[in-house]
Amino acid sequence: MRRLLSLTRLWTLIVKESIQMRRDRMTFGMMIGIPLVQLVLFGFAINTDPRDLPAALVSPTQDRFTRAMVSALELTGYYRFVAPDATAAEAEAMISRGDVVFVVTVPSDFGRRVEKGAEPSILIEADATDPSVASGAISTLGTVAQEALRRESGVSVPAPPLNVVVHRRYNPEGVTQYNIVPGLLGVILQLTMVMMTAMALTRETERGTMETLLSMPATPLEIMLGKVVPYLAVGAVQVAVVLISAKALFSIPMVGALSVILAGVFLFVLALVILGYLISTVARTQMQAMQMTFFFFLPSLMLSGFMFPFRGMPGWAQALGEVFPLTHFLRLIRSVMLKGADAATVSQSFVALTIFVLVLSGAALLRFRRTLD
Amino acid sequence: MSAPAIRVEHLTKRFGDRTVVDDVSLEVGTGEIAGFLGPNGSGKTTTIRLMCGLLEPDGGSGRVLGHDILRERGAIKRRVGYMTQRFSFYEDLTIRENLDFVAGLYGMRNRRAVVSDTLHDLGLHARRDQLAGALSGGWKQRLALAACVMHKPDLLMLDEPTAGVDPKARRDFWDEIHRLAAEGLTVLVSTHYMDEAERCHRINYLSYGKLVARGTVAEVVRDAGLTTVILEGQGTAQAARLLRGQPGVEQIAPFGNSLHVVGRDGAALRDTARRVAGQSGTRMTEAETSLEDVFIQLMGDAQDNMA
Repeated sequence: MRRLLSLTRLWTLIVKESIQMRRDRMTFGMMIGIPLVQLVLFGFAINTDPRDLPAALVSPTQDRFTRAMVSALELTGYYRFVAPDATAAEAEAMISRGDVVFVVTVPSDFGRRVEKGAEPSILIEADATDPSVASGAISTLGTVAQEALRRESGVSVPAPPLNVVVHRRYNPEGVTQYNIVPGLLGVILQLTMVMMTAMALTRETERGTMETLLSMPATPLEIMLGKVVPYLAVGAVQVAVVLISAKALFSIPMVGALSVILAGVFLFVLALVILGYLISTVARTQMQAMQMTFFFFLPSLMLSGFMFPFRGMPGWAQALGEVFPLTHFLRLIRSVMLKGADAATVSQSFVALTIFVLVLSGAALLRFRRTLD
Repeated sequence: MSAPAIRVEHLTKRFGDRTVVDDVSLEVGTGEIAGFLGPNGSGKTTTIRLMCGLLEPDGGSGRVLGHDILRERGAIKRRVGYMTQRFSFYEDLTIRENLDFVAGLYGMRNRRAVVSDTLHDLGLHARRDQLAGALSGGWKQRLALAACVMHKPDLLMLDEPTAGVDPKARRDFWDEIHRLAAEGLTVLVSTHYMDEAERCHRINYLSYGKLVARGTVAEVVRDAGLTTVILEGQGTAQAARLLRGQPGVEQIAPFGNSLHVVGRDGAALRDTARRVAGQSGTRMTEAETSLEDVFIQLMGDAQDNMA
């Protein structure tokens, strides 16, 4: 009995622990599932040297030199011209929304200048809010375009040197914080809001107060709003803190209208809080609620475009990324804060977030059990 | 008597393949204190939850205070006070905050006054800012009862309200229940304690989800048709050994220096007891059958049915 380690006792403890582990199916499933899902998901989806980046081409003449250059650019694997014949205004809207990362503008006198041997020039505008995205593409650009031009002109007439004008839009100095800090607003809100509300209803169930609550006349909508509204207020405080420090500590430019930013933040926080509430109608213990929150949190962090360029992920991963409110919020906040987009430009993100709010609250109200069944 | 406060018929509730409440029909008259008895896991709590709209029955129907238990849960909740088995108010709120919360949910007018009156009635006014979690078992129970009756319900459902409460607090609690009933409130109370069962106007005995006995205490004892004899003296231990398995003997329970022997077949029981009394040198007397004897018998019967 006085031995420090009895194998019988140790074995008994191990057996008991294993039984408990097996009974808690949720935890067990997550222990097996999370590594697998994350390995597959992130292993394939994450790409720090993003390729196939969407680009728009503004070229009023569309001559053979332009076509040659465009196909050469596509061959590098960096560019994918999703809008090969855009007007300047369309291209501007697309880059502002984040639909394209590059806008290549070929002036109408381009072909003439090549033929005359006068120095032709093209303009490449890159969305530099995330400085890492554009760097690879831009570095290959000059030589590839020059090469294409030389081939197209033939041997007889030597191609004149090409003048490539690069505009790193929105973040000319390539300051990483410009991209990260607005994103962090989304990430911080997501972690705290979802987790806090996920606990809210589960705590009532766990402590037994749910029974009293249900035996009194309160409707499911009242109970949900009663949980959601206080956390919205907490979210408002967080938003104020982050936005003020963004300005004061990191000097993040705030180009867009504050009202649009706040409207977006409000929708986002609402979606998060209701998501948390939905989790708390499913989870039976606070521990489970916590686990579910993390199960949701990690992929959304990876696939939303916060840590890795969204446009650099394969198509299926981008499609998956669309199911996270964070993805739409990041698009919105970066567009408005850094690019000065107006409400109309980011209306897609607003619509997406509104859909989240409606679908999640519908699901939460359906999930809510009026009885203890 | 006016319309019954509770009338449910063929109430059934299953959890998975376990039938927890099995075809229970129950009637409780207005102004009556109805006891709800039965061993642990007999379905008392589930039946109460079914009747106050907290669970959806798998079968059966019924009316509580004239409202349909399936369709008019909202109306039932407004007129019923339900006190849960486990203290289920907010331990991290103060006493006053808890009462104020309840008053608000019932949409009471002049909430402040109602809460203040309740605090005075409870004798908790001085401790109103104490956290509910810091209260002792007896005080928690008083707080819970006060919170349940604050909205002046017509029916009170109490689920083992006196579990873990000392005898003095239990006595006070029952005095309060009788006072409320005298004012016209109907009370349904579940309990394990026999002395509490005897304080009820009528009792209903539930065993393995089935209602196996009901009526006044006297009726239940009479209907059981049991005979009880007592053996007293030095040789009770030996007598107990001799009685086991003999004709007519169904229960043997030692109480100090005496032995209660119970059975349905009175004649056989008396013969056996007389014989054993002679052998063991104990003295036999006839006794009244107690409610507890009846319940032990009912529990044994139900277990036999399960096997």
